[in-house]
Amino acid sequence: MTFLSGGAAESFGVPAWNGGKLMIDMLNKGELPAPYDQKGFGGMMIEAIEIDEAGGATKQVQEFRNLVQREKVDAVLGYVSSGDCLAVPPVAEELKAFLVLYDCGTPRVFEEGSYNYVFRTAAHAAMDNISLAKYMTSRGIKVGTFAGVNQDYAWGHDSWADFVASMGVLMPDAKATTSLFPKIFAGQYGTEISAVMREKPDLLHSSLWGGDLQAFMLQASARGIHKRMQIALAAGDHVIPQLGQKMPDGIILGARGMNGLAAHAKGGELVDLLWDRYKAEYGVFPVQAPFRMWQGLLGVKAAVEKAMKANGGKKPTAEQMAAAMKGLTWEAPSGTITMALGNGHQAIQPNAIGTTKWDEAAGEMTLVDVEYYDAECVNPPNGIKAVDWIKAGFPGAKCN
Amino acid sequence: MKALSDIRVASLLALALLVAGGFALPDWALFLMTIGLAKALVSLGIVVQMRAGLVSFGQGLFFCIGAYVAGLMANFAGLTDIFVLTGISVLACLAIGGIFGPLLANYRGIFFAMLSLSLSMILYGILSKMNSLGGTDGLNVAAPTFAGYAPEGRALSLSLYLYTSVIVVAIGAVLRTGFDSQHGLVSLAVRSNELRVEYLGASVRRTNAINYVISAMLGGIGGVITGLAIGHVDPEYAYWTTSGEFVFVAILAGYLSIPAVFVASIILELVRSFSNLYFPNTWQMVLGVFLLVIILTLPNGLGSLFHRRREGGS
Repeated sequence: MTFLSGGAAESFGVPAWNGGKLMIDMLNKGELPAPYDQKGFGGMMIEAIEIDEAGGATKQVQEFRNLVQREKVDAVLGYVSSGDCLAVPPVAEELKAFLVLYDCGTPRVFEEGSYNYVFRTAAHAAMDNISLAKYMTSRGIKVGTFAGVNQDYAWGHDSWADFVASMGVLMPDAKATTSLFPKIFAGQYGTEISAVMREKPDLLHSSLWGGDLQAFMLQASARGIHKRMQIALAAGDHVIPQLGQKMPDGIILGARGMNGLAAHAKGGELVDLLWDRYKAEYGVFPVQAPFRMWQGLLGVKAAVEKAMKANGGKKPTAEQMAAAMKGLTWEAPSGTITMALGNGHQAIQPNAIGTTKWDEAAGEMTLVDVEYYDAECVNPPNGIKAVDWIKAGFPGAKCN
Repeated sequence: MKALSDIRVASLLALALLVAGGFALPDWALFLMTIGLAKALVSLGIVVQMRAGLVSFGQGLFFCIGAYVAGLMANFAGLTDIFVLTGISVLACLAIGGIFGPLLANYRGIFFAMLSLSLSMILYGILSKMNSLGGTDGLNVAAPTFAGYAPEGRALSLSLYLYTSVIVVAIGAVLRTGFDSQHGLVSLAVRSNELRVEYLGASVRRTNAINYVISAMLGGIGGVITGLAIGHVDPEYAYWTTSGEFVFVAILAGYLSIPAVFVASIILELVRSFSNLYFPNTWQMVLGVFLLVIILTLPNGLGSLFHRRREGGS
């Protein structure tokens, strides 16, 4: 269940599901390395039904009910949009259906609600902006003033608030100047770019994504904005395949986890295998979305197999899967994922921030000066809201 | 009086059918029917206006108000009783419809459509910016109670469905009577020739304003039920695509028959649900082709099928 059409399709839905199809196929053939070498989920073949996420939360609630009540699926893995991630969990709870949210970033899911059958296998958005602020301090980037261009909806406002709060703790002298909130899917950023260039901040923060980010980077780099100030993108990696060399060098960006280029830079058996297969299959490298899909699928696999072991090898029920997934830790291409928050229902994961550099010889974009952050360094502990944790000065953060 | 008793018989039959359906249908279909019927109420509001030749592209406004009233009352005032929530929503829509109705009653055609659309988009904009109400992500709505009865699981789906059925049948009967009343017939006359209506001494403006207020209340009821059934409300309820969907159903049904609106709405929900499952990449196209076929084969909508048969029979 992900975006196949609409605004989020190009950067998120389609690559994620491409990654999903690839991994399900590999799992069914038993091609992944240990500990994931068992075929399918614990020997049971995976049969996937894909549903388009476009159409709003109302439609998603209906589709979810149809999947569970009509198609009798065993688990639902999905949702990119925060609105859908808020609307669907209460229904999953009502129907006692196993639901894994793999992508969406809003911290409200488990901060406002508590569920037995709902899990999120990706860290929420606070991590991205905390890491960005930490990168500024650890790389010694001088920031006197900073501005923001973020979309005018919940994600954009939350991202900016988290970043400002983090900077307030880590770089108390840096001053936030302009914060601009263009409409989502605006596509034209001439006014915002002019305003920022007049302001001349040292740093420009943005959590734009998808087509918006592509348009913004094309319009901003044409006017040379990246030469006048440092640009920091909270979730910027996923537009690199489309932009290619048009993404300027020296942009600081994150990938909402140790995903895509940052994971590739670190390497490992699982990452390399999936990276090569994905590239061979689809002609582009996997960005953050397929990584999050993989992380979700492997999480479900780990939970199902754990539940089967406890169940004497029989197919587990939704209750047993939920019990197995609670507090689970597993290895994904994007590092070690732990269900640490929301009473064992919300994952934390390591993050990485790097700087873009075009590799002339290979003709591809690379990420240099990559800093890796442990999960517990950039994610709040259980029971405290992300923004409160930031404002309190990250108590209990474990950083290496 | 004979017409009135006809309506009574038809209503009782429809209610019996819906109630029997409630106990026979599987869970997913029950939910689909509830949503289909609730949204049909909103489209019915458009049909009320269509009879006088106006098409509102802003029914999402009242749909959204109804849903948010339910959501906010449940979240901030702890009110979950569906009867109270419906009542408050109807009053809210009555008040807002009462303000805008007389203003919009002066406009016709595309001007009316665009003005009604802009009102709903204003609400969309306001709600999207209100972070205290969840902004674009919206907010969750607690499950409704029915005069102290707080069902769960299938009982909840069934209660909600039965509540919707009763409301739908009652409204259908009242509207049928209304359509045949003086006001209803004047509406049809407005559609054919406004000038003559004015010369005959009836007020076109007043007719349009009253129709607008009726459709506002219908939108509110549809919104409350949908919001409570889905369990989540967001500004998307007021977005133009949502309003467009109601127009879609109204066109599909035509303005001749009331049951046709409910049938059309349920058909749309079914087509969407199954096309989404079997054609995940092209479901929008399936919907589009479906509408095209209906417009080409039945230019007066599904209702013309019922209507023609009835006239042939009498």
